[in-house]
Amino acid sequence: MDAQTTGQTYVRISRVGKVYPSPRGDVTALADIDLDVRSGEFLSVVGPSGCGKSTLLKTVAGLEAVSSGQISVRGAPVKGPPDRLGVVFQRDVLLDWRTILDNVLLSAEFQGLKRAHVEGRAKELLKRFGLGGFENRHPWELSGGMRQRASICRALLSDPELLLMDEPFGALDAMTRDDLNVELTRIWQDSAHGQRKTVLFITHSIVEAVYLSDRVVMMSRAPGRIVDVIDIDLPRPRPLSVRETPRFGELTAKIRHHFAELGILKE
Amino acid sequence: MFKRLLAESRTRDALVIVVASLFIWEACVELFAPSPLILPAPSAIFAEFWSSPWVFIRHSGYTLAVTAAGFAIAVALGVVLAVAIVYSRFLERTIYTLLVALNSIPKVALAPLFVIWLGTGTEPKVSVAVMLAIFPIVIDTVLGLRSVDPDMLSLARVSKASPWQVLFKIRFPCALPSLFAGMKVAISFALVGAIVGEFVAGGTGLGFQILVAQGQFDTPRVFVSLLLLSLMGTVLFYLVDFAERLCLPWHVSQRPHAGGAGG
Repeated sequence: MDAQTTGQTYVRISRVGKVYPSPRGDVTALADIDLDVRSGEFLSVVGPSGCGKSTLLKTVAGLEAVSSGQISVRGAPVKGPPDRLGVVFQRDVLLDWRTILDNVLLSAEFQGLKRAHVEGRAKELLKRFGLGGFENRHPWELSGGMRQRASICRALLSDPELLLMDEPFGALDAMTRDDLNVELTRIWQDSAHGQRKTVLFITHSIVEAVYLSDRVVMMSRAPGRIVDVIDIDLPRPRPLSVRETPRFGELTAKIRHHFAELGILKE
Repeated sequence: MFKRLLAESRTRDALVIVVASLFIWEACVELFAPSPLILPAPSAIFAEFWSSPWVFIRHSGYTLAVTAAGFAIAVALGVVLAVAIVYSRFLERTIYTLLVALNSIPKVALAPLFVIWLGTGTEPKVSVAVMLAIFPIVIDTVLGLRSVDPDMLSLARVSKASPWQVLFKIRFPCALPSLFAGMKVAISFALVGAIVGEFVAGGTGLGFQILVAQGQFDTPRVFVSLLLLSLMGTVLFYLVDFAERLCLPWHVSQRPHAGGAGG
């Protein structure tokens, strides 16, 4: 296990519950969630549809209020979106009337940063994600994978400390997804130790969660609760072929069995 | 510009259809010889126009000015109202409901009221044009402003965007395709409004021309006015269409090989 990833707590989720009132009775999306995300850690949350994992991400992002309990980021309670935060959604939500470069610069524009200061960084990011030369294209001229790459660049532009990713590759085909898994780990890994971003990654793919993460959080549904947290002790850097190693197989099998025991997956 | 228009097969086809129907019309009048009071031949209609072209052009100009003014006011006012409706639950419940109620009254029936309020000048005609044109603008713009992806709005919140930035950088551009759809309907409605206004009270405009010619059983004159009206309506519609192409090169309907509206 990478010693550097066991840093201080960056996000602390304590006894968090989320209840949506509805005419046919309240719906409990999250129940009694306790989780610490450590600084510089890549943490994935995996679970079936409707287990509240996206809700969990939204509460950490300050986009939705919790019904009970508390979330704090860097020790401060979350009341609205915290500073130094980047978010990537399943849909890339790029603006069709803007070029790729202008889309990447959008958040910086909102934050009132001077274009001249961030344009160089935006172009460099695009180049690192294989989008060099596409700066002046429009989103609709690009493939789904390229669009999602651009939306990751947009989230990374302001150099966030915390990156929240809500099933970012869920809508992509399997090969593009593998590509992006490799690119994401490479870029996350490239930062010097101690400067690595803290990543909270939501996915419904066990393989993706194990491949990317330092720890995998398993959630079950109705109500959404944490059933297990599994340390992923695969060495880094991880080539894609790590997925063929026995240890990788053991880890995914362990998670799958656990879901099967809970009746969430059939064996 | 004109050459390019002609080069477009759609324009060429349209011209062929218009010219062909005029010929058939002429032939039918020759063949069946109806009373000129009922149906004059196209040649007689053109002759009527050529006997006093400037009179027709002056009246057309007036109607055009009323239509353009009514349309412009409807767009400006309609967009402001739509923004207000989208941003305020209170205004949504009040203005929006009022607007729907107002729209269900046949607005032609309201025109005499505008004459009582505003006299017989240009103001009541512009007002009727605005009243007719504003409804599609408001409805479509509200729809457009609301059709923003919720994730996009979340992203704006995370990036600490101000409400004005969200309006001008996200919501408004996102609403433009709907606004243009509303404008295409509204431009024709504004022309209808102008004519209705001229019918009810006035001394200028193609609507007034039609009314006077009808009183004199001058059918060719009625037809000249009608043809000028349809020409005006068509040109105005395609002007909005052209503006849309200029403003929304990024929209699905404008993309090359996207099918649909492409010509």
